[in-house]
Amino acid sequence: MHKNKTILIVDDDIDYLIQQKAILESKGFNVITAQGVNRAREVLKKDCFDLAVVDLMMENMDSGFVLSYELKKIAPTKPVIMVTAVTSQTGFEFDSVTESEKKWIKADAIFTKPIRAEQLIKEINRLLITNV
Amino acid sequence: MYKLEKCNVLVVDDEPGMTLGVQKVLRNFSVAIDDNKTNVNYEVDAVLNEKDFYKALNEKNYDLILLDYKLPNITGLELLEYIINNKKNTLVIMITAYATFETAVQSTKMGAYDFLAKPFSPEELRNSVKKATTHLVLARQAREYEDEKRKIRFQFISVLSHELKAPLNAIEGYINILNKRYNNISEEDYNNMLNRTQIRIEGMRKLIFDLLDLTRIESGEKKRNLESIDLIEVVKSSIELFSPDALQRNIDVDLLNDNPIIITGDKSELEIIFNNLISNAIKYNVDSGKVRVKIKEYEEKINILVADSGIGISKEDQHRLFQEFVRIKNEKTYHILGSGLGLSTLKKIVSLYNGKVRLRSRYERGSTFLISIKKSLSL
Repeated sequence: MHKNKTILIVDDDIDYLIQQKAILESKGFNVITAQGVNRAREVLKKDCFDLAVVDLMMENMDSGFVLSYELKKIAPTKPVIMVTAVTSQTGFEFDSVTESEKKWIKADAIFTKPIRAEQLIKEINRLLITNV
Repeated sequence: MYKLEKCNVLVVDDEPGMTLGVQKVLRNFSVAIDDNKTNVNYEVDAVLNEKDFYKALNEKNYDLILLDYKLPNITGLELLEYIINNKKNTLVIMITAYATFETAVQSTKMGAYDFLAKPFSPEELRNSVKKATTHLVLARQAREYEDEKRKIRFQFISVLSHELKAPLNAIEGYINILNKRYNNISEEDYNNMLNRTQIRIEGMRKLIFDLLDLTRIESGEKKRNLESIDLIEVVKSSIELFSPDALQRNIDVDLLNDNPIIITGDKSELEIIFNNLISNAIKYNVDSGKVRVKIKEYEEKINILVADSGIGISKEDQHRLFQEFVRIKNEKTYHILGSGLGLSTLKKIVSLYNGKVRLRSRYERGSTFLISIKKSLSL
């Protein structure tokens, strides 16, 4: 387990942020939250986290893509988990993301909301190990 | 809007002279559909027997079929039955030499649109075809309109379900966390979560009320209770209603004129207008901001102006603002609750007063809503 690692969660939904924060903190992580892309950019500058969980659709349909692209440019090795609402809600085909698209979507894992907490924590731990 | 430019006609008759005659009459014929601003021309194919009839129907979609009542080896009624069951978009005109009242009744009962008795004049043929074409176009137009309405309704319900599900998910999430009693939730976090749960429930309740307002107005089922109303009184009570919110954020709401302005209208509708405008002007304001309300009476109209010193709306967002469930999402609006129905409802009400809504807004400077309504309602 990777206790004391700091996770950045970026989402436009304040309730989602509060809840994920509570869950991850209960598992021993430190958590920083950012509501929206601009707040997230401020956090990026400070470089004070080990992994980011980024929502895809915030101000724009592709806010999450843009943000994770910027993040990977600053810190290429820092893991990013992209989170998105289910396809039926967004009309955005996600299950069909191809390998070449994945390269373009600078994310190490993609999850569909609603996310089970255990699943997310497992993935966070996996990515933090590979990133040691 | 549905348009038919070329009407495909099939003549089914075992007399070649008959089919040629029909083709000749309809070749240069055209029908103008007034409601639809189209001119319909005709392309006429002919078949002489049952076999060619089925072949033709398989190969092409016909809008109109002129069908002989009596064919070799088969009756026109059997073919009519086939058309009615398999080609829902096709109208049939029955033709027969044995024009009896009974055959006419029988084929109409089975679904034929019209009936032509041999021998008929070119004029009679044209009249019957014209009638059928007009019916065809108007029926298809009505169907298209219905489909469109159904689609809009479906979209509305999809978005609505999403909007109702979102607070439920949030509330469920909080309950799950509070239920598990994670060991390290501070009292502050605990209270914050309870508070957020209440806010989301409140938001859901607001959405349901706004939805009721909207459907009441849209359905036209609620009887409008028109009476003489002093607009100033309505504004005052609306300002009063939201004064706790304004006070909390030190926002100053000012009504600039207070002589009575009397209008014929429905009180609950006017309340919805002002409640929307004033609560928006407060919600989307900055702390210690200002809201100015001015009502100006002209000979035939009344202008209502609600100006705020709030966060403003960018040019791109202004276009979408009055659509249902549209909420402008940005950093400044994340924390503001709203159903996304207020302004679309407001616009619908204003149109009931032959009025217009205009918006002037500058991002980060503030917004001004100008509503102009007619004093005398044409009812």
